[in-house]
Amino acid sequence: MIRKLYPYTRGYRALICFGILCSAAEAVLEMLLPRVMALVVDQGIPSGNTDYILKMGGLMVVMSVASMALGVGAAFLAAIAGQGFGANLRQAQYDHIQAFSFRNIEKFSTASLITRLTNDVNAMQMTVTMGMRLLVRAPVMLVSALVLSVTISLRLSKVFLVVIPLLVLLAVLLIRHVGPLFRQLQERTDDLNLVVQEDLSAIRVVKSFVREDYEREKFQKRNRALRSISEKAFGFVTLGMPAMMLITYGTIIAVMWYGAPLVNSGELLVGDLSSLYTYITQILMSLMMISMIMMMLSRSIACAKRIVEVLEEVPDITDDSAEEAAEVTDGSINFDHVSFKYSEKSEEWNLFDIDLHIKSGMTVGILGATGSAKSTLVQLIPRLYEANHGTVRVGGRPVGDYTTQHLRDACAMVLQKNTLFSGTIRENLLWGNENASEAEIKAACAAACADEFISRLPEGYDTDLGQGGVNVSGGQKQRLCIARALLKKPKVLILDDSTSAVDTATDAKIRQAFATQLPDTTKLIIAQRITSIMDADLIVVMDDGRVMDTGTHAELMERSEIYRDVYQSQQEGVELHG
Amino acid sequence: MAKHGPMHGPGPGGYQRPQNMGKTIRRLLGYLSRAKFLLVIVALCLLLSSACTVAGTFMLKPLTNNYILPGDIPGLGKMLCLLAAVYIAGALCSYIYARIMVRISQSTTETIRRDLFSKMQDLPLSYFDAHTHGELMSRYTNDIETISEVLNNGLGAIVSGSLTFIGVVVMMIVMSPLLFLVTVFTLLLMLLVVMTVGKRSRRYFAQQQKNIGIVNGYIEEMIEGQKVIKVFNHEDKAKEGFRSRNEDYRRAATAAQAFATSMMPLLGNLSHINYALTCGVGALLAIVGGFDLGSLVSYLGYTRQVSQPVAQVSQQVNNLLAAVAGAERIFEVMDTEPERDKGQVTLVHASIDSNGVHRESAGRSDGWAWKKPDGTLIPLTGDVRFHDVDFRYVPEKQILHNISLYAKPGQKIAFVGSTGAGKTTITNLINRFYEIEDGTITYDGIDIQDIAKEGLRRSLGIVLQDTHLFTGTIADNIRYGKLNATDEEIRAAARLANADTFIRHLPNGYDTCITGDGGSLSQGERQLLNIARAAVADPPVLILDEATSSIDTRTERLIEKGMDRLMRSRTVFVIAHRLSTVRNAKAILVLEQGEVIERGDHDDLISQKGKYYQLYTGQAELS
Repeated sequence: MIRKLYPYTRGYRALICFGILCSAAEAVLEMLLPRVMALVVDQGIPSGNTDYILKMGGLMVVMSVASMALGVGAAFLAAIAGQGFGANLRQAQYDHIQAFSFRNIEKFSTASLITRLTNDVNAMQMTVTMGMRLLVRAPVMLVSALVLSVTISLRLSKVFLVVIPLLVLLAVLLIRHVGPLFRQLQERTDDLNLVVQEDLSAIRVVKSFVREDYEREKFQKRNRALRSISEKAFGFVTLGMPAMMLITYGTIIAVMWYGAPLVNSGELLVGDLSSLYTYITQILMSLMMISMIMMMLSRSIACAKRIVEVLEEVPDITDDSAEEAAEVTDGSINFDHVSFKYSEKSEEWNLFDIDLHIKSGMTVGILGATGSAKSTLVQLIPRLYEANHGTVRVGGRPVGDYTTQHLRDACAMVLQKNTLFSGTIRENLLWGNENASEAEIKAACAAACADEFISRLPEGYDTDLGQGGVNVSGGQKQRLCIARALLKKPKVLILDDSTSAVDTATDAKIRQAFATQLPDTTKLIIAQRITSIMDADLIVVMDDGRVMDTGTHAELMERSEIYRDVYQSQQEGVELHG
Repeated sequence: MAKHGPMHGPGPGGYQRPQNMGKTIRRLLGYLSRAKFLLVIVALCLLLSSACTVAGTFMLKPLTNNYILPGDIPGLGKMLCLLAAVYIAGALCSYIYARIMVRISQSTTETIRRDLFSKMQDLPLSYFDAHTHGELMSRYTNDIETISEVLNNGLGAIVSGSLTFIGVVVMMIVMSPLLFLVTVFTLLLMLLVVMTVGKRSRRYFAQQQKNIGIVNGYIEEMIEGQKVIKVFNHEDKAKEGFRSRNEDYRRAATAAQAFATSMMPLLGNLSHINYALTCGVGALLAIVGGFDLGSLVSYLGYTRQVSQPVAQVSQQVNNLLAAVAGAERIFEVMDTEPERDKGQVTLVHASIDSNGVHRESAGRSDGWAWKKPDGTLIPLTGDVRFHDVDFRYVPEKQILHNISLYAKPGQKIAFVGSTGAGKTTITNLINRFYEIEDGTITYDGIDIQDIAKEGLRRSLGIVLQDTHLFTGTIADNIRYGKLNATDEEIRAAARLANADTFIRHLPNGYDTCITGDGGSLSQGERQLLNIARAAVADPPVLILDEATSSIDTRTERLIEKGMDRLMRSRTVFVIAHRLSTVRNAKAILVLEQGEVIERGDHDDLISQKGKYYQLYTGQAELS
């Protein structure tokens, strides 16, 4: 885990080393203090040498001030390194996600990616900031306290031979036992939060089905489970402190007992004995600190694992097979016996044996029931997903031959669930082509019939859309998304049910604009409304992942039952005034 | 909309201050008072364990002076046994109080969580409109968590820290008032550090929080729009935008963390300075006389002990304040006015006997009736009327004005109009999601204010455009409409909603688990499930609010046939963007800016050549 995350300390390694040195020096100085104290008590006081006492006292103050400076320095270095590491990690993860294909994104789910980028990284940087100090201090203190104790009295130090294994055993037992408890605690907390989250988003459903009591019960069940596990986990942790206390005090008593004869015989001085108490406390404290760090680490390891999972996810659509220079020359599209499924494991094909040939410049309508895989079909064209069998060709070459950059620049797509970003209308439109001139922007908006409503807005193209484009209506949003796609001047334009909220007259106007302004662009239109695709050069009727029939309106009216059905379902009443 | 809430609220620094401390603390104590007896034990244990700590250190002096130095080994043995007893007692007491506090804190937080969630179920929808989910979620994830943490460790630490501090100070003064002056000096220094560094650190923390918010907001927006980013080759731009925000956050966080983490070495080393000064001055005093070696050793022991509680308490006080602020926010939710529900008329099953008299019955296959408080039954027919209804969500904006309409039993009533015209609002008023400002709404002649909400809502099946699914199997989700529905009923409902086919195509059919609000299902499929859920509930009146907006017209027609069977002779309200959906309604109401501008069936409205005609012929657009 550490090896995998190590690269992200880039730029902060010197600081980390320096910080570790500072922390170590601070700890050593701290450990030496009681030794100087012992000198004062054992040599200064009995001889009555005030100069010596003043000198040693002064030395102690200087040591403390120096250790303070080192400590503060270490804290600053730890903060810089920890936050820097976190920033690196966040950026690396975010950059890596940019290379993800749709399938990669779906594998993790959007919500989980967000948690990994936010909470998990924050937890990691906290671990580094805190850990850099504690992780260094504890072992350094442990070792130097041990060494100093041995130099004071080798014989008395033998108590550590009993105490330390005892303590280590205790710590291991605790951590072993507590680890799984805390994992369970986390799971049950997630469980509880999920119920709250779902209750909040579905509050209208809850209220309209009068399921308040049902939800209460559901919550209370998890609430009780959470309580029982947290009582267990935290209750267990409380054992640690008194146990450590007892061992510490036991050791001090043992040292006194064995030390008293030594003091008496003059082998050991009182000051030494007293500094020995201090070291005992320090040794045990640092062992406790180490076990605490271990617990903290076991929590952050879970976070680290989740982050590494993202970093190690291999983007499944890459430019490996692409020719850098290959450009899409025309808008012809060919599906050669293409089959596709979203999940390798699933038995059913989402698309099966699609054989479809579209000439450059054609207008193609795609029609089919909910779940008939219309969107799936068109998403194979800009290689948002990769076909399992068969080949998808654009401009005569397999889509994998182009870099995704070139391919997607040539194939513009307006997604069904389309997103506008916070910023102005102009900023959003420039996504299509960042160098677009004012005239080009206006032309695209005119073609998408977005110009008239934009001009009605008080700030026109500079109107702020707010997050997710909340300041415009559904139909307006769809027209902006079309304009954004038009700015790419694509060879292939795909509209995935993109005019559902636009009225029929405007819809017709947009299609008219396509026909006159984009004669060479291949236009694929998925629509629910039959009028949107009726006059297409080719209409593809899909059902359950298969192409059922292709042809013009007239041909399909004649031979396709599905098509006729759809037509009829939308025509009733039209004759009244038509 | 749904806000996943990464990191709302305070970080570990707890920089916020509660508004009304006294009142909130009293109320929190109210929760604690359920464990009065246990709290008394905790207090006793705390007192004892602090006394033991102080006594243990105090005994070092006689041990050194009277036993170790003179070499009185048998006496030493006795004293050490005594010391061991004191230490064991101390450890035992501190274990007991910590263990009891865990119990108290966990049962208290369980109760608070229960009360909070329970209360949340009673809140009116307007409350959920005004607060984001992230905000409400953070009541559970942050605020309750801080309270639990403080009860677990903080409270005990503050009390025992203060007690130990007082005990140690008293002992120090008794032992040597002169040396204590040295200690007072450093203690004041510590206080100064805590205040000044703390103040700066709080300021930087506020900046850090702000930047966390910006970075998290950007992450949410970009990751949610990731597919659009891919389609537009916008990856590099997105990286760049993130880089600058990430960098700003790094800077702010570095400052905040640097100050927060320097607190520990600052306080720790100040205590060492104290130790050094005391040692020097103490040694001089020992030479001058009047201070013996044992006292010095023992006093130095206290010196180490006196600063520990200062650091401990100053840290915990911050946590305590954060917890009180959290409790304040929780109580604010609990104190919110719940939905008004004074209605006394209840919904019962009823059957008609041969004399045409309605009788209450248990059977579900029978009809429904309203039962008045005096016991009279009024058959439920689904006659809904609005009389001059005015309504506004917020005082500044009138949404509905003078709306009067009627739906006769068994009629299909459709609402047509632009977004914001008030279609959904009208249906939200029928089931009393919101309270009207003026006018009356009657249901089978009864003012809906007089109907108990439970009965009112059970009588209305609502299918919303925004589909919400719960974690669980597909069958569980349909069963939400009728908790005791059999598998066969569920299948029948799914078939009626035309959802059966796609469900059977799923890996585990009806037992397929849905997670994350059913993100793997298409919007159309989710809507089909929604309809099945309402169908299994089998309500006397149905409201379809854009329920088929993502379903193709052919499937919609199939559903309609099923629905017609289900809704035979029942009242249905339909809201739809797609005019083909509402065409066969008995009455179509065209709404504009909160007023009904046209009413009639399809043919009437077409011949009126009004707004509906324009919409239908594509001359106008619904926005």
